[in-house]
Amino acid sequence: MSKTFKLDGREIPFETGQTIMDAALAAGVYIPHLCHNPEFAPHGSCRVCLVDIGGRQVSACTAAASEGMEVDSCSESIQETRRAILQMLFVEGNHVCPACEKSGACQLQAVAYYTGMLAPHFTHFFPRRPVDASHSDVIIDFNRCILCELCVRASRDHDGKRVFAISGRGLDSHLVIDSPSGLLGDSSFAAGDKAAHVCPTGAILPKGRGYETPIGERLYDREPISIVGDVRAHEEEVV
Amino acid sequence: MNVSAAVTVEGFVAESLATHGRDPRHLLQHLIRVQQRFSYVPDAAVEALSAALDVTRTQVRAAIAFYAFLHERPRGAFEIRFSDNITDRMLGSRRLIRLLIERLGLMGLPAWGRDLIRSDGRVSVGLASCTGMCDQGPALLINGQAVTNLDAQRVDRIADLVQEGIPLDRWPGEFFRVENNIRRRGLLLGNPATDGAALRRLLDEGADAALAEVERSGLRGRGGAGFTTALKWRFCREAPGTDRYVVCNADEGEPGTFKDRVLLTDYADLVIEGMTVCAGVIGARRGFLYLRGEYLYLLPHLESVLQRRRAEGLLGARILGRDGFDFDIEIHLGAGAYICGEESALIESLEGKRGVTRKRPPFPVTSGFDDQPTVVNNVETFLAAARVVQWGGYWLRGEGTDQSAGSKILSVSGDCARPGIYEYPFGTPVHRVLSDCGAENTQAVQISGAAGATLSPADFDRIIAFEDLPTAGSFMIFDDSRDLLDMVRNFAAFFAHESCGFCTPCRVGGALLRNLVEKVVAGQGSEYDLSEIRHIGAVMRQASYCGLGHTAPNHVLNTLDKFPSIYRRRLAREAHTPSFDLDAALSEARGIAGRNDPGAHIHALSGETA
Repeated sequence: MSKTFKLDGREIPFETGQTIMDAALAAGVYIPHLCHNPEFAPHGSCRVCLVDIGGRQVSACTAAASEGMEVDSCSESIQETRRAILQMLFVEGNHVCPACEKSGACQLQAVAYYTGMLAPHFTHFFPRRPVDASHSDVIIDFNRCILCELCVRASRDHDGKRVFAISGRGLDSHLVIDSPSGLLGDSSFAAGDKAAHVCPTGAILPKGRGYETPIGERLYDREPISIVGDVRAHEEEVV
Repeated sequence: MNVSAAVTVEGFVAESLATHGRDPRHLLQHLIRVQQRFSYVPDAAVEALSAALDVTRTQVRAAIAFYAFLHERPRGAFEIRFSDNITDRMLGSRRLIRLLIERLGLMGLPAWGRDLIRSDGRVSVGLASCTGMCDQGPALLINGQAVTNLDAQRVDRIADLVQEGIPLDRWPGEFFRVENNIRRRGLLLGNPATDGAALRRLLDEGADAALAEVERSGLRGRGGAGFTTALKWRFCREAPGTDRYVVCNADEGEPGTFKDRVLLTDYADLVIEGMTVCAGVIGARRGFLYLRGEYLYLLPHLESVLQRRRAEGLLGARILGRDGFDFDIEIHLGAGAYICGEESALIESLEGKRGVTRKRPPFPVTSGFDDQPTVVNNVETFLAAARVVQWGGYWLRGEGTDQSAGSKILSVSGDCARPGIYEYPFGTPVHRVLSDCGAENTQAVQISGAAGATLSPADFDRIIAFEDLPTAGSFMIFDDSRDLLDMVRNFAAFFAHESCGFCTPCRVGGALLRNLVEKVVAGQGSEYDLSEIRHIGAVMRQASYCGLGHTAPNHVLNTLDKFPSIYRRRLAREAHTPSFDLDAALSEARGIAGRNDPGAHIHALSGETA
């Protein structure tokens, strides 16, 4: 008989070694997340998948499931904390949804909708961040980077290239590119790299394609992220 | 400083690689040497290290940008960093910074991440987080060396020496004198002498017996968290692994703490003996002492103690002649990162990387340095462990409380007649410490550093013990002449500066908190801002990835509860006051339009509509 735990009252089966997130995804239950992608090792940095276990908050993507635990993922207090974390991500960068090619197929935006976030709330930092259009096939808009490190992990662990890294610390933390000039065009990055296809926001986008799917008809315009899941699983439809 | 033209960057890196090896885990140590030699890490060094160590140049640059004492662009030949803890400020450091800036012909004031660099490259002035000289501040670091007891006269002289270009080794020796200031000795400080007795007892009676003594003593980690030491050693000993490591956490970064500096100065033998005993118990052959960069001046002393112990057969191969008992210690330097006091971040840093906390579990006892079982203990813990093995567990049990055996060494600073090191049995009330150090009219005590708790006089009967007031040893005193908001402001800036940036709540929340505190200080705050501070603080406590983020809002949440008046008296009357001055922002537009009539001003407009 398989082991189970309770997620918002629902019995979720799990195997030893699985995280709460693994087990929930396998059971088809959505826990909001940004830095998590089951193809890569759990990271735990965005904190959006925060859940409550008996008054203790843990990230579902890193916490191991255990027999009989009662996990709360949808109470108002958990959703309120998630909203605050998302608002922090929004004011940290420059996220201008109406002018973004990824709008409607952006996980940051979709998770914000899912948690009921209506406005960024906190004071914007309005950082000055460049756009790197040096690569022939891919553009990087650092304004939209949320430091999830998925491109870092994909390039290192899947592509075997180590094109990306996080530099600096605190609010100065930022994505950097491994090339003599620091520009993507001078790096070994290629449009076919896994790293080009894991960004949950519009920070890494293919060049020469725009608005192929009209706004209003895009992935999360049609159905919420809790139903259709991560954007990477729908890449064929959305780009 | 004094870069001779003969030594090229490439040549220096090649020599460093030849002497210290090409293990990628030595990256940070190579970078620190390059920084010390050239006052920055030139591109040529980045390229050379990247090629030799099989790390990308981006990883090298990322490490430089992470550690506050490493720079990609040149600093002055004399690189000056003022310690910017609240205790330095209380002793007048801000005035002295302005004085030095003026004397050196620099403009403006240094801030976190913004050093003032003179155009001739002779000198730069910046800030450092607490450098651990709180009992003899204000203090600064010059080319990494600690200067204490600053006053106007000393700052004047420093300006002269810099102008004349006198090398540091010809500066007056008293500038660099660091006092121990031990005011009260107890179980640990009573006797610094050791002749390897703990090691002999370990060899005579065996590792099991030694571990049983540590168990019997009830010794708990002195770094603040209070994990049972014997349990940590046992877990590590029993964990599967090919190698085991002993790490001494000498990254004493908690603002207001300086007792490890004293222990490493006068009790280094005992600390190293404790590490060696631990190695004997868990079966480790290699150990590291991670020394915070601020204590660079202690490096030659510590190296000489290690060397002497090797010569005495107390360290190295065949310790005390016992076949198979081989253990040696390497000293690794930190480079200005508070987060590296957290054990898993410290291990990342030991491995040459940015000091970002690891996911736990697995804990270092099963997967630490090089993913092998690793014991990380505080300096004071190793010292106590050496004595416990030498004198037995009951010796420690003889003092303290049920849950807190033995004594605690406190670093006392701030408003008192006799700042310094005080050792007390656990269970000692706060008021006893205050009367012993000559504190009067005490308004508040900040215990266990910036991440700790703010105590008001209602708390002064509480006791120092894991069951009441756990502390890593920092004890900062504020008398009733102080505005506690200055402390809050200092700590808020500290945490924003020291957040590693990995998780959202600490990275962004810390910066938001700092900005809101500044808004209140500027007299633009409202009740709404105070509730925002509480809201952000709660999110950081709840949702952060590691202890830094969990504890970073403590100071502001504690003071909001216990000292609400320090905020209230600064509040503007309205429920909401914007920090943004809309009218001032329109001045450029007015200039272009050539208007300055009342209709071109926002106040006038709002007056009309009100």
